[in-house]
Amino acid sequence: MSFGDWIGQSENIVFLVIGVVMLVAGFWVVTSRNLVHAVLMLVLALAGSAALFLMLGAEFVAWTVVLVYIGAVVVLFLFGLMITRAPLRRDPVSLDHARRWPAMLVAGAVFATLAYATTAFYGWKEGAAVTPSPTGDLGDLLFNRFVIPFEAVSFVLLAALIGGIVLARKDPRE
Amino acid sequence: MTINQFLILGSLLFSLGVYGVLVRRNAVAVLLSIELMLAAVNINLVAFGSLLGDTLRTGHIFALFVITVAAAEVGIGLAIVILIFRNRASANVDELDLMKW
Repeated sequence: MSFGDWIGQSENIVFLVIGVVMLVAGFWVVTSRNLVHAVLMLVLALAGSAALFLMLGAEFVAWTVVLVYIGAVVVLFLFGLMITRAPLRRDPVSLDHARRWPAMLVAGAVFATLAYATTAFYGWKEGAAVTPSPTGDLGDLLFNRFVIPFEAVSFVLLAALIGGIVLARKDPRE
Repeated sequence: MTINQFLILGSLLFSLGVYGVLVRRNAVAVLLSIELMLAAVNINLVAFGSLLGDTLRTGHIFALFVITVAAAEVGIGLAIVILIFRNRASANVDELDLMKW
């Protein structure tokens, strides 16, 4: 499949736009000196991923990302920032380590390895036609075939809930 | 849509997250980079679930599980960061060398 054929499909142009927005937002997340800006750029990156999920027909996953990530996790991050008084503007203590090149090297190696390992198997042929996966079907699967992992994950959430309370509250004996 | 375009976007985002985890000093910023990595994993999983013709939608289900575990991880992680900040008045990961031998 040549690049001309690929770019000729309108959905791939949409993918390209969303992908570039996500990459710019992701780059901003890891380089911004203002952490509130970094959190807001994370919102943009996650919204881009939700848009990609809608393109792929995974509507329930997309709205779950919007609700859980953008609605809850980002608010939690902003709370964490405000409570720990993280540097909101330029500040004498640098937000990043001084030595960036080793980290860039490792990130580049991770990208090369992952991109090769995942793409080498599939090749550049057209994927199966996207059929929307309705929320009802997903619910059926979740409560029939995947009910054991579902229960396990709900226990994980319960443990996280209790753990969060235990960790964050003050010790009454102090 | 080929499946490889999603896989390459996922690996790019994941390596951005790896860079952030390695280079950031503030613990909240490290958690932000981890969220970026988890978003990249979700893109890969949903692309697998949609474009491989899987009738069981395993990729979508796993993406839901990843979202759940990520929410739990952020809750616990931020609780730990706040606790460390309360005890040591700093949230920089390179000052947390209490367990260094």
